[in-house]
Amino acid sequence: MTKYLLAIYQPDGGPPPPEFMESVARDLHAMNQDLKAAGAWVFARGLHPPSTATVVRVRDREAMITDGPYVEGKEHIGGFWIIDAPDLDAALGWARKAAEATTLPIEVRPFQDVPEY
Amino acid sequence: MFRAEHGRAVAVLIRVFGDIDVAEEAVADAFTAAVQRWPADGLPPSPAGWIITTARNRAIDRLRRQASRADRHAQAALLHARDEPIEEGPVQDERLRLIFTCCHPALGRGAQVALTLRLLGGLTTTEIARAFLVPEPTMAQRLVRAKGKIRDAGIPYRVPAAADLPGRLQSVLAVVYLIFNEGYTASSGPALVRADLCAEAIRLGRQLALLMPDETEVPGLLALMLLVESRRAARTTAGGNLVPLADQDRNRWDADLIAEGQAIVRDCLRRNDPGVYQIQAAINAVHSEARSAQSTDWPQIVQLYDHLSTYDRSPVVALNRAVAVAEVAGAEAALALVDGLDLGTYHLFHAIRADLLRRLGRDVEARAAYETAITLTDNAAERDFLCQRRQSLGE
Repeated sequence: MTKYLLAIYQPDGGPPPPEFMESVARDLHAMNQDLKAAGAWVFARGLHPPSTATVVRVRDREAMITDGPYVEGKEHIGGFWIIDAPDLDAALGWARKAAEATTLPIEVRPFQDVPEY
Repeated sequence: MFRAEHGRAVAVLIRVFGDIDVAEEAVADAFTAAVQRWPADGLPPSPAGWIITTARNRAIDRLRRQASRADRHAQAALLHARDEPIEEGPVQDERLRLIFTCCHPALGRGAQVALTLRLLGGLTTTEIARAFLVPEPTMAQRLVRAKGKIRDAGIPYRVPAAADLPGRLQSVLAVVYLIFNEGYTASSGPALVRADLCAEAIRLGRQLALLMPDETEVPGLLALMLLVESRRAARTTAGGNLVPLADQDRNRWDADLIAEGQAIVRDCLRRNDPGVYQIQAAINAVHSEARSAQSTDWPQIVQLYDHLSTYDRSPVVALNRAVAVAEVAGAEAALALVDGLDLGTYHLFHAIRADLLRRLGRDVEARAAYETAITLTDNAAERDFLCQRRQSLGE
């Protein structure tokens, strides 16, 4: 089993209309139930918008704290899943469900299998 | 022997060790050993079996040495080998698994092509780099990155389930056809044709046709490649200049390849499960039946293009259909079709337009269209041909 990150790429800007979000929430709930039933669920959560982000850097052993996301772009990561899957095809199958539910592109990335540190 | 057995051996060894690099190294070792031993000892009863067994034993020896130095990769590969008994039987399935891995949609097309030629074709990185005119370090890096993604992202060695097979097979067929086309009209460079790539694509096509006899598009692609390949000798002059289909000496077409291709097309027609490769093969079969360009059954070719456009609405198909329409309904009708296509950056669009304008006596426009076509092609033989055509119109 490999752990995969499924990240939702969301365009910047305000939230979509509430009736649209309702159907997205329904589909996401169904998908998460499926993940749990299949034993593939590890973690999933949506994120607050990039305007709530803070970046920390250390220079000369001193923390520098700045407002805002690390990278400003047209899209940001709106939320993510961590799932267990036997191979990439299985992970892509879940990503497809996620893309259908959110109508947004989903980036799939494998986690390193053994903690390196 | 090397080309024929390399893909099979690598596929089996990847299955055994679960690691592409270990498999490649082991197979290379075994072939080196074969070169040293066989001339003196004579050919073993089953050369392919000898290669696979030797490769497996040598890899295990090597991995044991590495594993004792606490190399995690080597330990994992050894562990995998213990659980995977070596199967002497259905080794063909291993190659099929491997080509679906090489052509997995999670890999870029360039990586799919390079991996297929490397692992199934047994071409060296140098040969692949030369074939695609990229620097060798670039190609080496592309292969390393692709193999790394297969390993780390967990791209499986598996023939896809029936539900996914049509889509995934498209990607495999596209890779094989791309290798063929790159060989048939090298996208750049001095020679029009790079025969080695055509031969490799046909070899892969034959393997696939043996391995997946129930998927009609697989023999369809093979027939298409055979029929196109049959014209290779007639397609260039001794000096390397391009000869268009209408002017080719049809006695120089390869009768054996034509017979084989036509037989496959007939078989496909009987099975009545058409697809884009089978229809294109049928179009080429019609050409191969005609003793001259004039005696070609052009109405049937137009019909086949009509059929093809129901599967593939791309303007390139419409452009090729227009060429056939010119023979049935005249250059004027064809030009009207061509002018409606959005293919301004495709050199053949301008070349075909130029030819139609020339046939209509509109020389000034024809010259301009040839000029545009010439600036858009990177293949030297095609460019020379277009230059000659333009010059024949005078200044």
